Amino acid sequence: MIAKGKNASELFPAVVKNVASKNIEIKKLVYVYLMRYAEEQQDLALLSISTFQRALKDPNQLIRASALRVLSSIRVPIIVPIMMLAIKEASSDLSPYVRKNAAHAIQKLYSLDPEQKEMLIEVIEKLLKDRSTLVAGSVVMAFEEVCPDRIDLIHKNYRKLCNLLVDVEEWGQVVIIHMLTRYARTQFVSPWKDDDVVEEYSENNFYESDEEQKEKDRKVKHTYTMDPDHRLLLRNTKPLLQSRNAAVVMAVAQLYWHLAPKSEAGIVSKSLVRLLRSNREVQYIVLQNIATMSIQRKGMFEPYLKSFYVRSTDPTMIKTLKLEILTNLANEANISTLLREFQTYVKSQDKQFAAATIQAIGRCATNITEVTDTCLNGLVCLLSNRDEIVVAESVVVIKKLLQTQPAHHGEIIKHMAKLLDNITVPVARASILWLIGEYCERVPKIAPDVLRKTAKSFTNEDDLVKLQILNLGAKLYLTNSKQTKLLTQYVLNLGKYDQSYDIRDRTRFIRQLIVPNEKSGALSKYAKKIFLAQKPAPLLESPFKDRDHFQLGTLSHTLNSRATGYLELSGWPEVAPDPSVRNVDIAKSAKEWTGFLGKTKKEKPTEKFYSESEEEEGASTTTSASVVFILESESGSESEKEEKEEGSSDESSGSSSSGEESSDSESDGKESTAKKTSRTADESDSEDIKKKAKGISKKRSTSSSSDVETTSSEESSAESKSESGSKSDSESGKSRGATSSKKEEKPVQDTKAPNKQDVFLLDLDDFCPVTTPVAVPTAAVLSPSLTADLEGLSLSSSSVIDVTTQVSVPTKIHELLHRMSGKGLAAHYHFSRQAGNFGDHMVSVQVTVTNTTDQKIENIHIGEKKLPAGMRMHEFNPIDCLEPAGSITVSMGIDFCDSTQMASFQLCTKDDHFNVCIQPPVGELLLPVTMSEKDFKKEQGMLTGMNETSATIAVAPQNSTRLLIIERVVKAANLGVVPSGQDNIHRFAAKTVHSGSLMLVTVELKESSTAQLIINTEKTVIGSVLLRELKPVLSQG
Amino acid sequence: MIHSLFLINCSGDIFLEKHWKSVVSQSVCDYFFEAQEKAIDVENVPPVISTPHHYLISIYRDKIFFVSVIQTEVPPLFVIEFLHRVADTFQDYFGECSETAIKDNVVIVYELLEEMLDNGFPLATESNILKELIKPPTILRSVVNSITGSSNVGDTLPTGQLSNIPWRRAGVKYTNNEAYFDVVEEIDAIIDKSGSTVFAEIQGLHVASSNRSDLMRFHLPLCHYLQNPRLLDDVSFHPCIRFKRWESERVLSFIPPDGNFRLISYRVSSQNLVAIPVYVKHMISFKENSSSGRFDVTIGPKQNMGKTVEGVVMTVHMPKAVLNMNLTATQGSYTFDPVTKVLTWDVGKITPQKLPNLKGIVNLQSGAPKPEENPSLNIQFKIQQLAISGLKVNRLDMYGEKYKPFKGVKYITKAGKFQVRT
Repeated sequence: MIAKGKNASELFPAVVKNVASKNIEIKKLVYVYLMRYAEEQQDLALLSISTFQRALKDPNQLIRASALRVLSSIRVPIIVPIMMLAIKEASSDLSPYVRKNAAHAIQKLYSLDPEQKEMLIEVIEKLLKDRSTLVAGSVVMAFEEVCPDRIDLIHKNYRKLCNLLVDVEEWGQVVIIHMLTRYARTQFVSPWKDDDVVEEYSENNFYESDEEQKEKDRKVKHTYTMDPDHRLLLRNTKPLLQSRNAAVVMAVAQLYWHLAPKSEAGIVSKSLVRLLRSNREVQYIVLQNIATMSIQRKGMFEPYLKSFYVRSTDPTMIKTLKLEILTNLANEANISTLLREFQTYVKSQDKQFAAATIQAIGRCATNITEVTDTCLNGLVCLLSNRDEIVVAESVVVIKKLLQTQPAHHGEIIKHMAKLLDNITVPVARASILWLIGEYCERVPKIAPDVLRKTAKSFTNEDDLVKLQILNLGAKLYLTNSKQTKLLTQYVLNLGKYDQSYDIRDRTRFIRQLIVPNEKSGALSKYAKKIFLAQKPAPLLESPFKDRDHFQLGTLSHTLNSRATGYLELSGWPEVAPDPSVRNVDIAKSAKEWTGFLGKTKKEKPTEKFYSESEEEEGASTTTSASVVFILESESGSESEKEEKEEGSSDESSGSSSSGEESSDSESDGKESTAKKTSRTADESDSEDIKKKAKGISKKRSTSSSSDVETTSSEESSAESKSESGSKSDSESGKSRGATSSKKEEKPVQDTKAPNKQDVFLLDLDDFCPVTTPVAVPTAAVLSPSLTADLEGLSLSSSSVIDVTTQVSVPTKIHELLHRMSGKGLAAHYHFSRQAGNFGDHMVSVQVTVTNTTDQKIENIHIGEKKLPAGMRMHEFNPIDCLEPAGSITVSMGIDFCDSTQMASFQLCTKDDHFNVCIQPPVGELLLPVTMSEKDFKKEQGMLTGMNETSATIAVAPQNSTRLLIIERVVKAANLGVVPSGQDNIHRFAAKTVHSGSLMLVTVELKESSTAQLIINTEKTVIGSVLLRELKPVLSQG
Repeated sequence: MIHSLFLINCSGDIFLEKHWKSVVSQSVCDYFFEAQEKAIDVENVPPVISTPHHYLISIYRDKIFFVSVIQTEVPPLFVIEFLHRVADTFQDYFGECSETAIKDNVVIVYELLEEMLDNGFPLATESNILKELIKPPTILRSVVNSITGSSNVGDTLPTGQLSNIPWRRAGVKYTNNEAYFDVVEEIDAIIDKSGSTVFAEIQGLHVASSNRSDLMRFHLPLCHYLQNPRLLDDVSFHPCIRFKRWESERVLSFIPPDGNFRLISYRVSSQNLVAIPVYVKHMISFKENSSSGRFDVTIGPKQNMGKTVEGVVMTVHMPKAVLNMNLTATQGSYTFDPVTKVLTWDVGKITPQKLPNLKGIVNLQSGAPKPEENPSLNIQFKIQQLAISGLKVNRLDMYGEKYKPFKGVKYITKAGKFQVRT
């Protein structure tokens, strides 16, 4: 009955009697009934209170909790004091479940009696200190409801909340993230200042002198460093992007949007695109948010353009939203594909959607001037469409477009005038009339004729059209009064007796204005000016433009109006408030901590698995500890938990800021100094090191991997680090370490290796991907002789490649033969960057052949070759037999004659053959050369003029460190690093494989994150291709 | 947060309501009905409706509208996600989420809603916990209950609620220790008129079902044969997976939940890796000024490594002007619904020797202009024992167990949103 919405209140006493029933199901149902009707029958409801009070003392936590739930759900004002008492008691209950319910009860009590606020805040404060993940979500919810402005309560719990966040249940996560977003906005300085100023400053480029700029830049760079707590929040929310709960993902996305530096916010887009796979409703909300985001920062979603392509089965609202986003993302580069896509949409059966598409085309046309004409032509074609709505919409859009550039479109206007006979949709008719009136001077013959026609049908037109007819008449009267005087008079007369007062008013107004008579002499002089004034072109804007002042992901944003209870996101503070407020009070927290420790001990086996997020904290400030941490994480030791607890309790009594951050910052410093020293040392005696490395590697390859790990943390000499560093990054580092060290023949590579070690030891967590050094060739170093060894170990060797690609420069693997087209035989190739395996002019290529079928594949060899003139190829030895799931790596040499032409050949098996081809990137046609800076300059001096190509590029700000530049450049092309005396100039040298001509690359960093890229070479063609390839490498983020 | 919930069927009857705070009158739903009328199609009802005092957030699942009433600001996805979770739970409990099922089990539904939400804030949404609190109905249990007088409601607090692994009950015992892992991959693609791929990506998920009586950790190294971890574009995990291990070693380490669950889902979007396993030859044309048109569609397999393409079904939303269709199918059977204008062709298995073909004449409404756009074809298919992205589960390690498990992983490739424009 309750479910049906009928009133069952007359049964109240009979039902409430059952509250003491032993049967839990009945009891629960009585609870349901009570909650529904207690408000109406307060007196009778009081009868049941004593039962609940008894239940509150029950040993079973479930009963305690549910009693509290029901008690607080009965909305009877008289029992407020009882509830208050119960909540206070429950908030210190042993069971976190009961405490959670207490947090819920707070909200209920507050809505019943707001006067209790002060008392409730005390309880909230107490519960906020609770360390149980169960409670966190609920209490923050209560906080948001009762006292969202009491930010001071959060300070002390901020770090704890951040760290617990991952383990809180998903609903709680949403609430906490939203709260923390608001909190962070008030507490931290804007990370955007940096970007904003840089942008602004590139705009000002022309006006300011260089000196000024430099000063300004420096100032900004120095003043802004992100608060470690701010960083903590960003880092801890990042994993939640992977959550299965759409609401959590959205919450994190909005947090990144509102809080993260602009360069980092991009990571959320991938996850948001993922959400588009889920239900219609989720799609709707997510698309709305993406639409807002895509207006401000196009770049975020550009890579995912195709995910927004419309399917014919999508509901209309989704279609229009996708269209909106596509329009927002349109730019010069992708407009042609987009327009092709739009063409399909225009034909859609869903006319509403087709009309929206036309508008979208219109917006693209105004935004991107290159395609305006194409769009216009396309729209004109649409005018002959059979569907009226489509035609009408295109007329309206054309009108807007013509207005923006009316220069030479008389033809279109004529065409549209002809259309007037057929179109019946009022808006479109009105638009045409307006156009003709506005540009009546361009079509002097047609305009009066149109007026004549419309005057005939005046009485049957829509109000909108009538107004435009009047306008047209007035304009014509002014420009061409000879022909149209009578016609206009006639129209005005018709208007005078029209039913609509709007039209009568307009008629009177126009008549007074244009028809000269004695009274209105003054105004009629200006009539022409008034009517034929230049009108500003309308701006075609996204309807989502004005939504950005609402916080993303909120109800208000969806509705585009303030919802009740919406809390404005405050602007960034100018100066960060004192960060020390977040430091935990030592004595107090220590007490709490120990108290909690006792509790968690019980749950320990379960909690252990989730403590990872906090592990870093445990690894305290010294580097030695972080070494321990590495070892631990690798061996997966179960003592992590203990370690963590000790570590963090140490830290809370000792240091004022959390260990994690200080270790980060410290390691930053150390890292850089270590780098410097090791580099200078290594450069001088790189030859020496090379020899040693060879010796050591042999020794190492025999020692066990655990040995290696311990030595890696202890030994400090540069050369051993270069070895063990590369080893400790993979569990099976044994075999790889051996291979890599054997093959590390180039001194350049050796010099880089120590850096890697430093980085690795100090900063396992965050900096690995960023600072990994350059030239340690990974899979690339597997030489043919080694591949033979590895054949037996094909599985383990492949996993080695896997691991190493993660931590060092990934070798780009290209596909030679897809397993689908190869009937189960798959082949991939990469360039091993080695000289001289097959003679001087050959580029060596490693081909990995994999058998994905269930049978053996026999006799794999190279068949017919189709090579361009001059190219030669050194074939690999035929593979006799490839087991199922096995894979073999073979190497072959190709002489590409220093051109990027494809080498096509046939890959044959016993009973089949497949056509494949290898196309070398230009960077692989080079061999690194070592030379000194002096030699470099000398050679460069000889290769000027014709032989020099250069370009200025914008370098992404994070790319401006030396290491990164070297890494990126060497990754893109096989160049050797030339030691450079200046910090801002980086030089690379190489020679082409076939002809041996020198290729000199110079990267000179300038201010305002631009760089000059110069390539000197005899082979100008290759030089310019290389230049083109290097450009994006440096400018990408 | 969530104030009330109304369940409304397709004909507009409110057949269930539940309030978590004070009672909101049914009349609030009038706004919803208004929007529903305006939208014509049920698919087009806006999920968020604003009324003078409340906000209505609704979802549409299995011919039922779940309409929730909100009074204050709340992230709309929060509510939508929760409503879907409610629908999932009903599905889980009653096998289907239909009006009759809900009406038959109204007591359980009420108890469930009561447990799932407290004062509008989600309390227990994990189905394992709920199942322990409120046992799902079975025939046997209802017989036993009516004799012994015991109830469906558990009287102890489920331990999962307290622990940090809410997805697992404690003390579960099974006679067989089993864990099944299925790799399901769906191909989403848009193929244009000329047969070239406009957009293609693979959505993969690992569905696992485990009946294990002990807490143990699994390691599931997912090694693509390319050894290219970047292949997986975007991954989303069940909360049981330890994220750190994945980040550092690309290994999925987890304590499996009890019962069926979705372990991970991922996306492979680099287009050249997505091999489209079928091709469609189509010839659809409508003649000008005559009330008929031609329809000719052939489906054939493309690169599929010797695996057969099964369960092929093609659905086409024909233009409104189509009255009827006279077709002959060389294989399978077809139906055309003249009301919704949906053509369904159930092909079944494709044999490469004899390609299935559907050919015939389309009758158009006389006098109506010819439809200017050909309808797009939506195709479904299944390929057993093949993961189209080439992803493989290399091995499964178990910790805390001595015996060696027998390994077998089921792969299946399906068509997701697979659309051919004509």
